[in-house]
Order: sequence, then structure tokens, then C-alpha cells
Amino acid sequence: MTKNDRLELRNVSKSFGEVHSLRNVNFSVGQNEVVGLLGDNGAGKSTLIKIITGYHQPSSGELYFNGQRVDHLTVPRARELGVETVYQERALADQQSLWRNIFIGRELTTRFGFLDVKKMRAETDRLMRGELGFTSTAVTPDSSIKGFSGGEKQGVAIVRALYFHAEIIILDEPTMGLALSETRKLLNFVREIKTAGKSCIFIDHNVFHVYDVADRIVLLDRGSVAGEFRKADLSLNELLDKMQHVAETGSL
Amino acid sequence: MASNTTPMPANAGFDLGRFLRRNGLQVGVFSVMLFLWVIYFVSTPAFRQGNIYTALMSTVPYWGIVALPLTMLVIGREMDLSFPSIMAMSVTTFVGVNLATGQPLLAFVACLLTGFAVGLINGLIVVYIGIPSLIATIGTQFFWSGMVQVITNGRSFPLNELRGTAFRDILVGNLFGFFPMQMIWMILVGVGIWFLLNRHRFGAHVYLIGDNENTARLMGVPVNRTRVLMFAIVGVAAAFGGLLNAIQISNFFTNLGDGYLLIGLAAVFLGGTSVFGGVGTVFGTFIGAFIIASIQPAVVAIGWAGFTTEVIYGLIIVLSVAMHTILRARIR
Repeated sequence: MTKNDRLELRNVSKSFGEVHSLRNVNFSVGQNEVVGLLGDNGAGKSTLIKIITGYHQPSSGELYFNGQRVDHLTVPRARELGVETVYQERALADQQSLWRNIFIGRELTTRFGFLDVKKMRAETDRLMRGELGFTSTAVTPDSSIKGFSGGEKQGVAIVRALYFHAEIIILDEPTMGLALSETRKLLNFVREIKTAGKSCIFIDHNVFHVYDVADRIVLLDRGSVAGEFRKADLSLNELLDKMQHVAETGSL
Repeated sequence: MASNTTPMPANAGFDLGRFLRRNGLQVGVFSVMLFLWVIYFVSTPAFRQGNIYTALMSTVPYWGIVALPLTMLVIGREMDLSFPSIMAMSVTTFVGVNLATGQPLLAFVACLLTGFAVGLINGLIVVYIGIPSLIATIGTQFFWSGMVQVITNGRSFPLNELRGTAFRDILVGNLFGFFPMQMIWMILVGVGIWFLLNRHRFGAHVYLIGDNENTARLMGVPVNRTRVLMFAIVGVAAAFGGLLNAIQISNFFTNLGDGYLLIGLAAVFLGGTSVFGGVGTVFGTFIGAFIIASIQPAVVAIGWAGFTTEVIYGLIIVLSVAMHTILRARIR
């Protein structure tokens, strides 16, 4: 692990009462690196992510951002440090308009906290026609997002993250419930993150999706890191074999 | 055919479809009101004269002023069933401070502070102990209305000495002899809550919390603080509405607020606010309040038996909420 890592977790453990979700996990994300995080249900992926985003505090262990130790990471602090998540539950508010969703928790305001609605609508309109690729005139910044497809919702969350200059974008099961064409769109969004010079943690059940876009792959099993590979060093078949082995024996 | 690089094509003039999509719920409730008023106007002469409007504008604001911030609370997916007792408790403070100091202005401030404090307590109980607000505020409703009885020993307090003072005229006087000041206050509160809800960060957070609390938390919205403040704002409004009521009738009865709970809630839901949170408008509640309040005088003026009132209440509430539910499913 180098000093230049965007993010580093050292010996991080987390338990909820008697349940040990994570045990002595070492995990890092380099500059402009896409890290695939694989693991079964209950392997601790979500807990790991919630620690990185400041939602949970680790029971023990240390967090470093760009080589600087950070104690008591909170959600706002993690965001300041450039961590952005596209959650399983998508972190969107379904009945609200597109512009309100883009600016959740980061509303543009004038004096005394009054909203700059005009500017937020205009920015949303620009993003819609540019990065999001909406061409239909039926969609406006005031459209509520409950009519959007799964891929479109993911797109909103990713574009939102890039708009706010996220440094590490976390995708938590982004392909779940997506149609094939939607999945392809999504994987293209992930490549865009790489092109934009940002880092990404890509969590998925689906090895094929992860292998497709990741530079490095980390295997999590029952709360510990079971293995770590550079994509360049191993083929998809080898990866599948190793995962099978881990699932059966709990180690490599 | 305009290319996609042109922002918002076909938007040169007024776009009715877009207006309806954005404001469907308001248009819906407004149509209900127009429809009723046409019936009133045709079937009874009382609604063609000014008196009935003066009467409506003087009595609706007592609870209408509470229904407006209550709308915000319901949008935030909370409920307050204790506002009638907040009214009584706050006016008890007013009476006490006024008797002790003879300074109505000071008493006025103390009254609003009491409302704020009692609302705040509701919020703290709901947010930090985690009792659902529906249940918590049933408890506080009993508690504070009981406290009022204990403090006052159940007796009423005349407020006659305020008659003729500028203080009373500003709160409940009649502009030009026919326009009640309390109506001005209700409009001001409505505009204030509208701004807070639609043009302020606080309101943006209220909508988000009501829509999806989990999302709001994940995105770093100060969920707890916002929710507590929503209750406190309802408390202040209840204090103000209650005080207007007591000062208007120049008497404080300890049962002040009785009968306002259901009509206040009815106005909120008639106005198109969803009990599931995240959706609702202040304008809808404003109109809803006057729809509710107009039914009884209309029934009487038309000459139907008084008991018909509640049947009509029920019908209009159920039909309107059904209309909103259908509209919400269709409009995006």
C-alpha cells in the first residue's frame, strides 16, 4: 500500500453486538483505480461501504484518505473528502422532481438558506441533455423520477456524483434488477468514471460485470478479505475457480 | 424539427400540459372549491352576500393557521394530534403573564414561546425516543389539556380589558369594517410556510424526509433536527391561532381548541397532502380549510337539516382524497 492511495483501511473491524461483520480488514483504493468488491450475502460488503461513507463507525482500525488519517468519519465529512455512493436503494427520492434529486442535501442556496431554484433547474436541464442523455421533451427538470427506468435512476445518481466532483464513487449492486441494455449503459458510466480520472469501488454479485470494468478485484468472505487480484494477473476462469474455492473452504 | 441542442423547445408560450403536471393537485382542489361554490351561489342567496365571507374569514384562521404548518409536518411523514391542547396551554401562559404583568405584548411573546416549547417536546419525544408521532401526540394532547385544567382549575378568564387596544385591533380587528385581521395573518402564515417549504433548504429537507427518510440520511440531510423543528413550528402556529381565537371572543375557555383537530386534519388531506409523506401543498390546505368551513353554513343556508352537515363532510372528504389518489398515480 503506497502513500498515494486515495483511500486505505487498516485493520478495520466492526461488530454489532455479538455479530462480527468485519474482522481486521485491510482495503485500499488507488488513484484513478476501479476496484471490484466481490462477496456473498453477509460477507460484509455493505458494512465496509457504510464505514467508508461515514454511516457506521468502525469498532477498531484506522481510515486514511490520501495518506491522511481520519478519525470519526461522518457522512458530511466523507462527502467533503469526495466519497459518493450510488446505493442499492439508489439514494433517490421517488416522488420528488429530478432537480430536487440531483441536489439532495446539497441544495444551491442564496442568502439565509433560500433555494436558488432557477439555477438548480437550469443545471439539471444541462445535465439531462448532456451527461444523462435524455433527449425526450417529455422529461423536464420538474419530472418526478418515479417514472424513470432502473438504469436511468442509476445514471442520475452517478451523474450527480460526478457533478459534485466525487473522488471515489461507490456503486453498491448497481446492476441488480437491470435489463441487459440498461446494464451495458451502466458499465459505460463506470468507464466514464475512470476516464474522468476518478476512483471507483464496484460491488456486485455478478463476477462478469465486475471483471469487465475493474482494475483490481477484492474477495470478501465472512467479514475478512479472502483474496486480492489484479485483473492483469488472472483470467476470468481463474477468478471463478478461486471464488468457488473460497465459498467452499473460506480461504484460498 | 428543432434539434436537441435547443433547450426546452415548444416552450415559447404557456404550456397547459406542463402547468397541469406541475400543479395537478392544486388545480384539483381548486376545482372542487369552484364546483361547490357554484352550487352554493345558485342555491342560496346567503352566498351572494358579503356577511358570510366575513364570518368565514374570521373563524377559519383560528385553526387554519395551524393546518398550514401541519401540512408541512404531514409532508415530512409525521402527525400532530396535540395541537388543540397546545392552543389551550399557550393561551394559558398568555393569560397568566398578562395578569401578572399587565403587558399583553410580553404575554404574546410568552404565548408563542410556550407553543414552541411544547411543540419541541413533541418533536424530541418522537425523534429521540422513537415513539411514532401518532401515538406520542395522543399522549401529549391528554397531558397538556389536563395541565390547562389543573393550572386554571377549570375556570375561564375574560379578556375584556384588551378591547379597544391597538394590540387587539392588529390581531383580530376588522379592516374597513369587514375584512378580519386574522385572515391577513392566515395569508401571511400561508405565504411564510410556502416559502419555507418550497424556497428554503429546510422545506427541501422536509420533502426528502417524508419521501424517503433513508435516502435523506444517506445523503447527509440533518434528519433529526429538521423533524424536531417541524413539530416546534406547528406548536408556534397553534399558540398563535389559539390566541387569535381567545382574543376575538374576549374570553379564554379552557376547552379552547376542542373541535379543531378533525377539521384541521381534514383540510390538510382535502388539500391533497399524502399521509404517506413527500407530497402536499400549502395552497391545497388553504383551499381545503375554506371548503370544510363552508359546508356547514351552506347546509344551513340551503335549508337542509343540520345533521346533513356531517354526511356532506364525509362525502366531500372521501371523494376529494380519492380524486387526489387517482391524480397522484397519473401525474408525473
